[in-house]
Amino acid sequence: MSQYLITQFLNGLVLGSLYVLLSIGLSAIFGMLGIINFAHGALYMLGAYAAYTVVGVLSGNFLIAILVVPLAIGLIGALLETTLLRRLYRVVPLYNLLLTFGLMLAIQDAVRIGYGPEGEPFNIPSALLGAVNLGFTYYPKYRLFIFAITVLASIGLILFLEKTKLGSIIRAGTEDSDMVDALGIDIGKIFTLVFGIGAALAGLAGVLAAPVQNVAPAMGMSFLVDTFVVVVIGGMGSIIGSIIAGLIIGETLTIGVLIWPPMATTLIYVFMAIILLIRPRGLFGREKFHE
Amino acid sequence: MLEIKDIHTYYGESYILQGVSLELQKGELVTLLGRNGAGKTTTIKTIMGFLIPRPGAIHFKGREITGLRPHQIARMGMGFVPEDRRIFSSLTVLENLNLPVVGGGSDGWSLDKIFEHFSILEERIRHKGSELSGGEQQMLAIARILRSGAELLLLDEPTEGLAPFLIRTIEGIMKEIKKSGMTVLLVEQNIHFATEVADRHYILYGGKIAYHETNQEFKGNEEVKRKFLGI
Ligand SMILES: Nc1ncnc2c1ncn2[C@@H]1O[C@H](COP(=O)(O)OP(=O)(O)O)[C@@H](O)[C@H]1O
Ligand SMILES: [Mg+2]
Repeated sequence: MSQYLITQFLNGLVLGSLYVLLSIGLSAIFGMLGIINFAHGALYMLGAYAAYTVVGVLSGNFLIAILVVPLAIGLIGALLETTLLRRLYRVVPLYNLLLTFGLMLAIQDAVRIGYGPEGEPFNIPSALLGAVNLGFTYYPKYRLFIFAITVLASIGLILFLEKTKLGSIIRAGTEDSDMVDALGIDIGKIFTLVFGIGAALAGLAGVLAAPVQNVAPAMGMSFLVDTFVVVVIGGMGSIIGSIIAGLIIGETLTIGVLIWPPMATTLIYVFMAIILLIRPRGLFGREKFHE
Repeated sequence: MLEIKDIHTYYGESYILQGVSLELQKGELVTLLGRNGAGKTTTIKTIMGFLIPRPGAIHFKGREITGLRPHQIARMGMGFVPEDRRIFSSLTVLENLNLPVVGGGSDGWSLDKIFEHFSILEERIRHKGSELSGGEQQMLAIARILRSGAELLLLDEPTEGLAPFLIRTIEGIMKEIKKSGMTVLLVEQNIHFATEVADRHYILYGGKIAYHETNQEFKGNEEVKRKFLGI
């Protein structure tokens, strides 16, 4: 039994990793641009399909997919921001919701038309097949790989934000974008960059998830809802919040299934409700958003 | 240096600036006075490009800047120190100081020169903005803009809520800024401070400039102070 528990705990970390990658972008985009990006799940799905195309159709290497796909999805995100989203920053939030919701549906349907409604087969890359002996248990190599990539991406992102000039501009812009603009920095470009980075992370999550989730047009939809829960619990605009809350939700879902399966998904909403009651800004959120 | 011609600014339907005109020559320190709610901050925000006058025109260094974005105006050499300081609380003092883009053709103050005049900040260099006192935040807001090499400074109530010794520090910095040839538009409620540092004064009243005179004239004009400023 304890062996099984440990395995489930590790599964929770792996599922949580995907939430972490998705919620960092969703949270940063909300924190800086004030937009709830419903298209985020669709970008994740696009990442999985792009990986499928690179590996399955073009018979490329999974490593290439991991490097190229996030870049491509990041560029698509940046393009969406400059052509569409940017027009709506100064109007009532409802229009942003309609736009990103519409984008989500449009991207999903485009994929459905291009690839068909049913899922695509995606095998775990052969180099990452098999299990690793962790001493106390055997665990699938590929799942550890997901976790390791997430750790690397998170550390890289935190170092970028904390140690570089551009990172300090992004942090400043999350606090007060008008003031950053008044200091001579074109905040519009920073918005594009942040949206692009968020999209790239969603794309990365999509690539990583492709071998373990069903690659299908609607795969982003259900994931997105859970990711919103992660963002609310972690606090809007906080990377650390996304990381901690993403892992907590991953664990809650996988451990919860052990206790009583129907309860697992309900549990995360109960958890969110409790957080909202005792700490409305989320675990690591700043006060600004709840004035 | 700066020429504002008949600007009208609205917030939605509320008509705030109803034809404001003013002019600053290079090297002058000019105040914009007026009671609470007179529209001083609105004027500053309109100059900086946050609000667009309709109609009205603003020229800076001979070029029309009406309708430009704030970062474009900043890069031409306009520096903005807002009423509420707006220090980035999650950035260190050093990061705050290194943020502005240096523009407008002149170099910004070096860190050494900043610390010479704002010794408080040097001790706090690694601290986050959120750890500073109100006075330190004000010093940082002024120091930050001096880093940009701005030729014209828009200062919105820099002495508000500060202890007298800090007001004296800021007075010293004002004189230093003036000596270096910068032009300043200063919004101020502290009349004593205003008359210590300024060359000329404008008073906003009823959405328009109601009074405009030299420091000398203003100092002795009790009637104007009573009528437009309520003191
Ligand atoms: N964002 C805003 N929306 C609507 N009205 C505003 C806004 N900001 C200021 N006002 C109004 O505009 C008027 C001028 O304000 P302001 O320029 O801040 O005055 P001052 O700086 O001279 O105290 C006030 O009546 C104020 O209530
Ligand atoms: Mg004001």
